[in-house]
Amino acid sequence: MATEQKIRVLVAKPGLDGHDRGAKVIARALRDAGMEVIYTGLRQTPEMIVNAALQEDVDVIGLSILSGAHNAIVPRVVDLLKQNKMDDVLLLVGGIIPDQDVEGLKKSGVSGIFQPGTPMDDIVQFIREHVKPRGVAA
Amino acid sequence: MAELKDKKHKVAEHAVAEVSKDRHPAESEKRWAETTLAHTLEKAPERPIGAATGVNLDEHGEARYTTISGKPIRRLYTPADLPEDWSYEKYLGYPGEPPFTRGIHATGYRGKLWTMRQFSGFASPEETNERYKFLLAQGGGGLSVAFDLPTLMGYDSDHAMSEGEVGKCGVAIDSLEDMEILFNGIDLEKTTVSMTINSPASVLWAMYLVVAEKQGANWKKVSGTIQNDILKEYIAQKEYIYPPAPSMRLVIDTFEFGSLFTPRFNTISISGYHIREAGSTSLQELAFTVYDGVEYVEWARRRGLDVDEFGPRLSFFFNSHNDFFEEIAKFRAARKIWYRLMKDRFGAKEARTRLMRFHTQTAGVSLTAQQPMNNIARVAIQALAAVMGGTQSLHTDSYDEALALPTAEAVQIALRTQQIVAYESGVAQTIDPLAGSYFVERMTLDMENGAFDYFDKLDAMGGMVKAIEKGYPQKEIAEASYQFQRATEAKEKITVGSNDFVVEEQSPSILYIDETVARHQSEKLKSLRGRRDNKEVRRRLDALKKAAAQEPTAGTNGKISPANTMPFIIDAVRAYATVGEICSALREVYGTYEENAFA
Repeated sequence: MATEQKIRVLVAKPGLDGHDRGAKVIARALRDAGMEVIYTGLRQTPEMIVNAALQEDVDVIGLSILSGAHNAIVPRVVDLLKQNKMDDVLLLVGGIIPDQDVEGLKKSGVSGIFQPGTPMDDIVQFIREHVKPRGVAA
Repeated sequence: MAELKDKKHKVAEHAVAEVSKDRHPAESEKRWAETTLAHTLEKAPERPIGAATGVNLDEHGEARYTTISGKPIRRLYTPADLPEDWSYEKYLGYPGEPPFTRGIHATGYRGKLWTMRQFSGFASPEETNERYKFLLAQGGGGLSVAFDLPTLMGYDSDHAMSEGEVGKCGVAIDSLEDMEILFNGIDLEKTTVSMTINSPASVLWAMYLVVAEKQGANWKKVSGTIQNDILKEYIAQKEYIYPPAPSMRLVIDTFEFGSLFTPRFNTISISGYHIREAGSTSLQELAFTVYDGVEYVEWARRRGLDVDEFGPRLSFFFNSHNDFFEEIAKFRAARKIWYRLMKDRFGAKEARTRLMRFHTQTAGVSLTAQQPMNNIARVAIQALAAVMGGTQSLHTDSYDEALALPTAEAVQIALRTQQIVAYESGVAQTIDPLAGSYFVERMTLDMENGAFDYFDKLDAMGGMVKAIEKGYPQKEIAEASYQFQRATEAKEKITVGSNDFVVEEQSPSILYIDETVARHQSEKLKSLRGRRDNKEVRRRLDALKKAAAQEPTAGTNGKISPANTMPFIIDAVRAYATVGEICSALREVYGTYEENAFA
């Protein structure tokens, strides 16, 4: 295969919230930017998300959370990623995340947090710059 | 230089030709176009608002102007934009009379202002009760309950799925006990209360009615609204529990129960709000919402209900976005369309069945997290549009809602905005003041015609439930939302403070809800389950399941169907069965719904 492998992204909606406008817009933007996007659908538990990420062998997980449940959900996703030795997967969070929570989430292992008004291009750029090369040694 | 002159000349040519395209301009308008307009365009070409690309260019590569929904609009509207058979009597009529374009009251807002109803709910019922008392003391006319996500999804606060969500997006209500706390000291016979609850609507409504009864209120006098609009959940907001058919059955149960026992309660608020928030255009919001109304009427008639019995209790709920005239046209068209449908499609005989009453909320999605104070101006414009459109009640968003649930200070400014529109602006003094505007009347007609085009498509699909199963409205909305996002990123559509006029700023102070609410609610649940008669709860839940499993038939002799779930839910509520327990019982009978996720 001479062609470059596409970046694989799992866009996930954890928690009970059904507001999926942002998740869908981002999924489509990433796809338009040439990435392979898998959208989980709604109400995914951290276990379901990490399982899907494992099965789909993704490079990036993007969580869309608007409900305020991020402090309960995100650390559990981080733990499960560690348990499954998937620390190299780039974890991103988008949605309504108060400034006061940003630092804590980043410390826990989130690489990028995108608050309301972030241009789609910024997210595309961020992924391209931070995604870890996959399967080089394998 | 010659080339440039040539190009300019072409601009004027297009512009002049456009004046006669699909219109019937008077000689005076043609003369104006050929002289004054052509001359001005040659001297100073029009410049688009926003980047001169994409949606802002027409097929000639010239500036194009569109509404926020992407609908092209003309530079000037004249009598040539109205149908050739235009007459006041035929197209408009008088307020309080068919087709209700000019409003449902003969005196507009003079007899009664719209109800200023602020949607509110957060953390525990104790804290929300305090906020309600504050709102009523500030001159808010009615209440509107925002429930948290576990309540909306039919889970108790101590359920595993509720982790991290309790009290975050609204108030946590688990049992009748919480509902008693929520309305403690608030007279439910005198205060109208709207409840934004859908899949578990009958459960929360049952709790409300039991609290009212305990206060000594007469159900016949209690008035308010339950949202109870499950169709828009599948379409847009996605807070559904059961599959569409049993969900529709539960809705029709409330219609039947309400027509007999709570004649002043609106048993549904058919909502375009969430459809718009999910990214639809103004026209899609109008068309899908009104057609949801059609679907409910169809299902109720299949049950054997008389449209003139339940029809008057159907109410609507629209979004008011930034595009001032487009929104006003939408509101005016909505009333006319509903009138036509109720009269012609359903043969409604009573005048009150044919008129559309609606609540409006300003567009949360239009609010920016950046420079949040700017949102006060947006909300004022949107509130003004809702009032010019003749809304019956209004919620104005608080400026900090793109960041968190609103603080008390932000809520007060939002309410004051409505009061300024009502008491200072003068717009409430005369009825439908924009009627007769060539622009507004043309837009109103376009809305009406566009909606009927959508209705034809939806009819051909076999109705809204079928269309939802095909993903049709969901895909239409997703496409519109993506197009708008692209236009925003290309700066073709400007959002002040967000993609233009940006400054560095500090984060404002917001309302922050922590996990103590979840612990508090869980402790209350534990204590309740220890105190109540659990055998009785079980017995009543089993009775509910039995009724829910039966196919409801039309009631006879002034009685409701024996399988109507409402009385069984009320029984369960009285025994302090929780929201989670009642919804679980129904889940056992109906199963749950998963949408086909596409993105």
